[in-house]
Amino acid sequence: MMMLVDRRLAPILLANARIIDPSRDLDIPGDVLIADGVIREARRGIGAAGVPEGTEVVDCRGHVVAPGLIDMRAFIGEPGAGHRETLATASQAAAAGGVTTIVCQPDTTPVIDDPAIVDFVLRRARDTAIVHVHPMAALTKGMKGAEMTEIGLLKAAGALAFTDGDKSVTNAQVMRRALTYANDFDALIVHHTEDPDLVGEGVMNEGEYAARLGLMGVPRAAETIMLERDVRLVELTGGRYHAASLTCGESLDVLRRAKNEGLSITASASINHLTLNENDIGPYRTFLKLAPPLRAENDRAMLVGAIGPGLIDVIMSDHNPQDVETKRLPFAEAAPGAIGIETMLTAGLRLVHSGDLSLITLLKAMSSRPADILGLPGGTLRTGSPADVIVFDPDLPWVLDPTELKSKCKNTPFDEAKLQGRVVRTVVAGRTVYEYV
Amino acid sequence: MNIAPKSSFVLSQRHLLGIEGLSREDIIGLLDLSGEFVDLNRQIEKKTATLRGRTLVNLFFEVSTRTQASFELAGKRLGADVMNMSVSTSSMRKGETLIDTAITLNAMRPDIIVVRHHASGAVELLARKVDCSVINAGDGSHEHPTQALLDALTIRRRKGHIEGLTVAICGDILHSRVARSNIILLNTLGARVRVVAPSTLLPAGIERFGVEATRDMREGLAGADIVMMLRLQKERMSGSFIPSMGEFSHYFGLDEKKLSYAKPDALVMHPGPMNRGIEIDTAVADGAQSLIRDQVEMGVAVRMAVLEALSRHLPNA
Repeated sequence: MMMLVDRRLAPILLANARIIDPSRDLDIPGDVLIADGVIREARRGIGAAGVPEGTEVVDCRGHVVAPGLIDMRAFIGEPGAGHRETLATASQAAAAGGVTTIVCQPDTTPVIDDPAIVDFVLRRARDTAIVHVHPMAALTKGMKGAEMTEIGLLKAAGALAFTDGDKSVTNAQVMRRALTYANDFDALIVHHTEDPDLVGEGVMNEGEYAARLGLMGVPRAAETIMLERDVRLVELTGGRYHAASLTCGESLDVLRRAKNEGLSITASASINHLTLNENDIGPYRTFLKLAPPLRAENDRAMLVGAIGPGLIDVIMSDHNPQDVETKRLPFAEAAPGAIGIETMLTAGLRLVHSGDLSLITLLKAMSSRPADILGLPGGTLRTGSPADVIVFDPDLPWVLDPTELKSKCKNTPFDEAKLQGRVVRTVVAGRTVYEYV
Repeated sequence: MNIAPKSSFVLSQRHLLGIEGLSREDIIGLLDLSGEFVDLNRQIEKKTATLRGRTLVNLFFEVSTRTQASFELAGKRLGADVMNMSVSTSSMRKGETLIDTAITLNAMRPDIIVVRHHASGAVELLARKVDCSVINAGDGSHEHPTQALLDALTIRRRKGHIEGLTVAICGDILHSRVARSNIILLNTLGARVRVVAPSTLLPAGIERFGVEATRDMREGLAGADIVMMLRLQKERMSGSFIPSMGEFSHYFGLDEKKLSYAKPDALVMHPGPMNRGIEIDTAVADGAQSLIRDQVEMGVAVRMAVLEALSRHLPNA
């Protein structure tokens, strides 16, 4: 046991790798030396020049070394729904997927709307999680959409941003004041853009396919109307705003105009919406019931096309563990959500293998961009940065067996999917927390 | 008296979950077999022994009088033991899930389960968990295949054919499983299908079903051979989808005047139960052009044909 711990504390040389550092647009062959929890150097020929005694030398031939991923949107059940997921199990899933920082959502029980609960989550994570965990706090008390939370105190306690999770704040006045007030603390507001009245009974994308399945649809306007409103409020208030999960082509037009106007607006898309479409629902597969719903193929293609130019800034997992009891139901009655933290990178590599994205673009949207937006120190291999590093084989073929997933729930949309590319080592703060053998 | 059906038709699948997925040959085979049962049902001796020893379970999560009675009679006339289970007496009310119910029922070794459920896809979900054949007796807004088959049989017997006919389906298309199953079946058999409804009761993408959509009864019924009215569910009647029963009835209720827009020999259908005076006037419902009672008669024959055709898949059949 002691040996193991010693080995993990030893310096690590990741040798003969393809180094990709999206924070510097760097894609070179070389070595990365990690010691004392930080990155010492990332360049060609470190190994040849000699490394400190006791260094663990890992041959990374054929593998990519990159900054650990930052997952900007993950729903975790702790506190209150530990049967779905705990910070510990989520962190193990994250480590296996190359995610070294989880940004968890405030829809816990109780809701993360009080500095003491932020403190609880941070302590719990410190004691049980093997990757970094940062909570977002609720934007409104109890996520009820009526009164803003203690944004200043919550931020001081460690809340990374403010959001009502998968709920939209429908009251424009509440949103306006929250944006205005948050601006005094330079706090980021992250918003789920889905008008609940337009969603109504809708459970999948509105259109032919929903009509054929006899399911009620969610129009794209449910998203664009809310996004458009928010853009006007950001214009009015000068606040800092992030659209939590965009799904359709029309939203990209709204986003493009907002960015062209110079507003402080950024946006995410989930890995699900970038790699799947409504047809994947097939015969009522509830694991593909998501909120917002999977859209049409041309929406998916347009979202993917928005990653390269940086219109969509961030790719996140939208990790949402749901157990059998909430998923083994008729489609309309099943809970929305899919797990994804462990498969985010692998699924994203589909877009690289298909030629739609370059590897560095994919990694940027999963590491350096979220780091910039959230003000986190990770997402880079610069000397002196925290040693949150992953090694992955971009080509390794495998078939996903849900029983091997680390998450407590197995509601993966990639159930038995053929995948290509896999994380082989995850290092958090200089310690190896996951190894694939 | 020879009462065994002459047709040796076997359905290409173990379950009947929808019209979607049935081939033209499947549909015609079922209709032909149904025709034989119509004749049988008009005899004094109506029983056959095809399903003797078999157990048929009618599992209804949604209240139904005629469909359940129709399946029950069909099963009994084929010699099966029929058990009716309805939601008011089942343990679903005690929190048991649909799948638990399926697994429990399956352990009792039924041969065929007929299921009606309020959620689209629920019957398919249940079918995946049982070993016997499953018949969809209506799932949410998705499909109601035996209704579409009995409608087709009714039309075919009166018009002699279905190909080339213009069929106007009117009313709440959005929530109607009857409409979906009928659109698919009638298209497969070469009819020209129109849907007539206020735009709030038409699903997005309906034009992709190969139908013409209109919100005007005069336009929709012009030249129609068949006018098929749908039931408007009470909870949809005010406020959210249409302003009022009165306004809906004014524009879409089938009375003698609106029926006059159709061909003079047009026939009127309704899957029942009817809201008289709302989607259909009594004078039309009970008039000379109405096929509504024929539909009920054809219903039993079609369900016998479906049971018979599926039973030919059962072990030891």
